[in-house]
Amino acid sequence: MDQFTSTIGQPNLTSVLFFMVFISITLGITYFAAKRTRTTADFYTAGGGISGFQNGLALAGDYMSAASFLGIAGLVSLKGYDGLIYSIGFLVGWPLIMFLIAEPLRNLGKYTFADVVAYRLSQKPIRIAASVGSLMTVCFYLIAQMVGSGSLIKMMFGLPYELAIVFVGAVMIAYVLFGGMLATTWVQIIKAVLLLTGATVLVIMVLSKFGMNPVNLFAAAQAKYGAKVLAPGGLVSNPWDAVSLGLALMFGTAGLPHILMRFYTVPDAKAARKSVFVATGFIAFFYILTFIIGFGAMVLVGQDVISGMDKGGNMAALLLSEVTGGTMFLGFIAAVAFATILAVVAGLTLAGATTLSHDLYVNVFRNGRAAENEEVRVAKIATLGLGVLAVALGLAFKGQNVAFMVGLAFAIAASANFPALLLSIVWRGFSTFGAVCSIATGTTLAVVLIVLSPTVWVDILQHPMAIFPLKNPALISMSGAFFAGWLGSVIKRDEAAEARYAEQKVRAYLGVNVE
Amino acid sequence: MRKDAQTIITSPEFQALVAIKWFVSAILTVIMLGAYFGFILVLAFDKTLLSTIIADGLSLGIPVGLFIIVLAWALTGVYVFWANNAYDNAVANIRKALKRSE
Repeated sequence: MDQFTSTIGQPNLTSVLFFMVFISITLGITYFAAKRTRTTADFYTAGGGISGFQNGLALAGDYMSAASFLGIAGLVSLKGYDGLIYSIGFLVGWPLIMFLIAEPLRNLGKYTFADVVAYRLSQKPIRIAASVGSLMTVCFYLIAQMVGSGSLIKMMFGLPYELAIVFVGAVMIAYVLFGGMLATTWVQIIKAVLLLTGATVLVIMVLSKFGMNPVNLFAAAQAKYGAKVLAPGGLVSNPWDAVSLGLALMFGTAGLPHILMRFYTVPDAKAARKSVFVATGFIAFFYILTFIIGFGAMVLVGQDVISGMDKGGNMAALLLSEVTGGTMFLGFIAAVAFATILAVVAGLTLAGATTLSHDLYVNVFRNGRAAENEEVRVAKIATLGLGVLAVALGLAFKGQNVAFMVGLAFAIAASANFPALLLSIVWRGFSTFGAVCSIATGTTLAVVLIVLSPTVWVDILQHPMAIFPLKNPALISMSGAFFAGWLGSVIKRDEAAEARYAEQKVRAYLGVNVE
Repeated sequence: MRKDAQTIITSPEFQALVAIKWFVSAILTVIMLGAYFGFILVLAFDKTLLSTIIADGLSLGIPVGLFIIVLAWALTGVYVFWANNAYDNAVANIRKALKRSE
């Protein structure tokens, strides 16, 4: 084991084979989905015909990115326990989606969460503001995913960065452009099943060396690297930082456009509930698996080998699969990671394209009056445009440190999208002006404060001292958004909207229309 | 004649439905927020507590962390169980009453 030399980065026949099978199956699905995708409802929400369980898997697929599989396993392998703290933060937002917004979101909206916010408020200002919040969240998340995927594919297969980005972009555009939500959902489902299966098999192979008892594995890690790997390290030190990041992760999850959009693919609120339960279960299981995979890599591969391959530890899970299952298993896991990348960017692109066509084009430029085929055409043009933009951004940010963009995307989602969504559901007095103030304040504070924070001001711009002390701005930007929403609504009331609240409320709780 | 929305939302059945929904949601939300923020504040203020080795290969932090992961899922299960039984029945009753009054 000490003389272990990895074949990662060399062309791997198994991984190419597995990947070809994945691509053929998913493009085949896209072909069949394309024939069933005619209306806007088909394109945006697969006609609402996805079951609760299927949507749960697809939600999990949307959320379990390659960054969380390879990144968290790597973090655990190098830092130990801290990786678990990180995973927990990403999980705990899910129950809040269920308790606070899942049912009204499903009952009130059609294609996007802006449908809910604009339900009784003035269409144009709300759609414009909500689109800015949505598109910024999607774009920052997309840049982080694209840049990450380029480097990961380069490391895994030795493919040049640019080629990897263009390839990911092209396949992802094909899924969304031709197959719409139906194809995107099935790509997510297949990817989620593959990822969960691959990670489970990997964990079984690791634990088989430790009497099927994870505690024996942790003990081996403790013996090799000391008790510090089982204890919290430097990840959480400043309580304000911890709370602010925690808020961004918890409420940001409940404001991610590509996650919220999935609630319209199921027929009713009951199925929406079930999908959150299924998704939370699979994501929780997945994070437990990555924790064991991380420790497996720490013990069986060794921290030197892992950090020698990649400073961030991103190759830990792949190295572990090679050590436990040989080149063939490595090929399988690498192909799964690649599939994961494709699926996540496809989901993001579809959400962004829906915002552009449904919220901006139809409801702002065409005053809500656009023919069905016109809207589908615009949505497809938006998909193509956004796909090309994603590739361009991926190329433009090559070699840049974009890790902060995930935190930024969650901060914007928690500050621009979530407060407006929640207030529009629960508060009769929430006015158009208040909603616009809330979204504008949340977005501006999130972006400006993260630039002035240690994350960007010190780590990236190399200034000695940060102007804003917290690493993630959510504590300030999210509270600011709630406050601005309240203040704006008090300053400029919206009586027409208040009059329509009763009707909205009936529909939110009962799922039926009344006059 | 269908009942208008204002009459529905001021009916005692509907108000009871909204009240119990937010009661359940609030309790579950508070449990989740309390568990998570409690966890990270313990980490921030006293790292050594969760570093305590309780057995060979097991620090206190590991079962606590796993507990929060399982708790998050269990809470969504509690909500689904409640909503599928109590909430959906109440909604169905109100909807039936609305149909009758049409």
